[in-house]
Formats: sequence, C-alpha cells, structure tokens
Amino acid sequence: MEILWTFIKVFIIVNIVMLHVAYAVYFERKVIGHMQARLGPMHVGPHGLLQPIADGIKLFFKEDIIPSNADRPIFYIAPVIGVVAALGSVAVIPFWRGFSIADINIGILYILALSSIGTYNVILAGWASNSKYSFLGSLRSSAQVISYEIAMGLSLVGVIMLAGSANLSDIVEAQSGGPFIVSQFIGFFVFLMAAIAETNRAPFDLPEAETELVAGYFTEYSGIRWGLFFMGEYTGMFVMSALASICFLGGWHGPDFWIFSHVPGIVWFILKVYAFIFFYFWIRATLPRYRYDQLMSLGWKLFIPLALVNIFITGVIKLL
Amino acid sequence: MTAHQLIFAYLAIAITGLSVMVITRRNPVHAVLWMLVLFVHIAILYLFLNAEFLAAIQIIIYAGAILVLFLFVIMLLDVKDVEMERRFLGLWPAGVVITAILTLLSVIVLREIDVFPPLGQFSIERIRSEGNIMTIGRVLYTRHLLPFEIASLILLVAIIGAVVLAKKRKGVE
Repeated sequence: MEILWTFIKVFIIVNIVMLHVAYAVYFERKVIGHMQARLGPMHVGPHGLLQPIADGIKLFFKEDIIPSNADRPIFYIAPVIGVVAALGSVAVIPFWRGFSIADINIGILYILALSSIGTYNVILAGWASNSKYSFLGSLRSSAQVISYEIAMGLSLVGVIMLAGSANLSDIVEAQSGGPFIVSQFIGFFVFLMAAIAETNRAPFDLPEAETELVAGYFTEYSGIRWGLFFMGEYTGMFVMSALASICFLGGWHGPDFWIFSHVPGIVWFILKVYAFIFFYFWIRATLPRYRYDQLMSLGWKLFIPLALVNIFITGVIKLL
Repeated sequence: MTAHQLIFAYLAIAITGLSVMVITRRNPVHAVLWMLVLFVHIAILYLFLNAEFLAAIQIIIYAGAILVLFLFVIMLLDVKDVEMERRFLGLWPAGVVITAILTLLSVIVLREIDVFPPLGQFSIERIRSEGNIMTIGRVLYTRHLLPFEIASLILLVAIIGAVVLAKKRKGVE
C-alpha cells in the first residue's frame, strides 16, 4: 500500500514539475521581455498563456536530425541523462512538513551527486555531436562544472554544521528559530553563484554562448531532443532554487505572527522558490556573459576560498 | 533465492561485466562512459550495504569529479594515435603474469578471511540511529585521526607537486 502511495506521489510531483518547467519558460520570456521594454509572447492565447503548450507540440512533431558522423548511442542518451538526474533530485525535496517522496539522511549529498551526474549531459552531448562548436561547449562545461561543484559543496557544509544533519527536513526544522541566511550569508552568496554556474545559466552560460559557439553543446540537436535539454535545465533551476530556500531561507517556515502564521507551509515554500527563479531571470536580463578565464578565476580564487573561510567561521562559532 | 541475494547477484555480475566492457573498448571516451555506469553500480552496492554516505561520495567524487577529469584529458589529448603504438601492445605477457600472481594472492588472503566476524560496537541499529555521516566523522576524527591526517598530508604534497609542475618558471626562459 505504501509503495502505491509513493507511486501516486511521484506521478503528481513529476507532472507538477514538468508543467512548471513549461511555464517557467513562458515566465522567463515574459519577465525578460518586460525588463527590456518588450511584451514577450502575446499571440497564442490571452497574453500568450498557451505559448508553452504550442511550443511543446511543435517540438514533439519536429524532425529529429542526427549529424552524419555523430556517436549515435551517446547522442541519443545525452539529453536523457540531464532530465533524469534533474527529476531524480526532486525526490528528496520536502515541500512541506513531512511531505517528500524520499526522506533520506543524505539529502544534500544526494542532490549534489545527481547534479554531478547531470553535467554529463552537456559534456556528452557536445562530444557526441561531432561538431567543433559543440565540442568547445562541452570542454568548457566540464571544466566549469568541476570548479563550481567544489564551491557549491563547500558552501553547504556550513548549513550541515549548523543543522547537525544532511537531511533536508531536519535542516528546515533547525531553522524554526530563524533562517540560516542570517548567519550563513557568505555560504548563501557562494551557493547562489555556484548554482547559476552549475545549471549553465547566464551570466555563466559559457557552454552554450551563442555569440561565439552558435549554441554550444546543443548546436546539432533538434526537435524534442533539444527540448529535453531545456527540461533538464529548468528542472535543475527548480531543484537549485528549492535547495537554496530549504538550506538558507527556512523552507516551509514563514514569519510566525499575525495572519502569517495561518498560511500553509507550501505557500511559503513556493514563494521562496519562485523568488529564486525570478532572480535567475533577473540576473540573465541584467548581466553580460563572463569571459571564460574570468569565470574560472572567480570560481577558484574567490568562491572556494570564501566558502572555506565560511566553514572555518561557522566551526569557531559552533565551538564557542 | 531471496530478493537480497538476487540484487547482490545482479550487482556482482553487472560490475564484473561492466569492468570487462571498460577495458575492451577501443574508443577511450566509451571506456570512460562504461566506467561511469560501473561506478554507479558500485554506489548501488554500497547503498545495499547500508553505507549511504559512501554511496553518495562514490558518485560525487568518482563519477562526478574524477571521471569528468578523465574525459577532459581524453578530449584534449588525441588518444587515437597512441592506442595502436607498439610499446603499449607488447606488454601483455607481463600483464598476464602480474594478474595471475594477484589472483593467487587474493585467493590465499580471501580463504583466511572470516565471512562472519564477531560484531563490533557499530551495529546496524546504532549507525541507523546516529546517521552514517556522524558515525564516520566521529570515528575518523578520534580513533583514526593519525591515518586521516597522514592521508591529507599526502594529498597536500600532491597538490603542491601539481602546482610546482604547472607553474611557469620566471628565471628560466
């Protein structure tokens, strides 16, 4: 009976997340459009609300083109790895008190592990396409991801130390007195930047830099395989935003006074997640893309030392 | 056969088969990818042994970092020319001899090992109540502090060595 309930939960959450992914694309186009004094999609449905559905149908029926000298099995598998890894990470996210598909003790490590598996989609897609633009994108991605994964892992160590657990529900419970962002603001900053680099979003989207690499690692992809990269990327964004709001902003906890204490936890959680997703869009509309060497020196010379200092300070405070 | 034995049988067969796949691939990138699948299977094996922390670390460090570095190096160096070179192909008799000796050694050692040794203080229940990370951390920083520090010193030497090798010497031009 319990396994049936788990299947139902998986089914519901996967559908909600996929719908969210479709509408996050719409949301992004609208937000960036308005930031640049445009309207964004307007034609399909009222205010372009049906645009994601139309795009999805279009992608499904487009021709699936494979370059002549591509490494076929890897070319096929690469986009799937990204989606599977990103959707797999959703399993451990506690949406409200006591509700997650799998409440495991190594929650944070599990998400880090899957996000490191997820980067293979970029690397493999670029390599298997047999195109120099894709290949350059994949080389950049492999170096970028290794560097920023270290910073991301280290920035979460402070949170694990304060909560005394790597279980995501325990971390949220530990923040009932106040969110960790107050004491972990260095970790929060490093995590936010590393998460952008990890999901290959602007301004760290060098693997797909269209001004120099056409479209980077997915230059040769078309149809729904191309769409799978977007599903993976937006699901990854959702997971990173959820992780940020769980680890630093107190997850389902909201302000505990007046009418706010009657608002259900899921509302707070979704508000926080969407604040982060909005931040992703905002930063994309605001900042120009980094140069590659600037990106690497930023990662190794600023974020990793900052995260280490943060661990040291947290340790000292915890001892006192 | 119970479910546990079935899972273990699958993992054992898959890990052996995948290892063979890794060493028989002509294309080095394919070999690394089979190794990725192999590492994921090893992680499942750890998970199956209740070592969830080890499983996560296996994926993060080996599958996530070391294999990406392998791929990076393979992609940067054109390994295709190297693979047919004679000096890499002529060494197989030595390989066979070394493998035979190692197999013999492991058979001798494995016969000595007691499969069901007396249980220590870390029972499954205790590890489950304390959590994997806490148990490993506590043991690592108390009982095994010296080996742990020695390992970190060795890694530090490796890092310094890499920096020294990679750094451009200013005086020698």
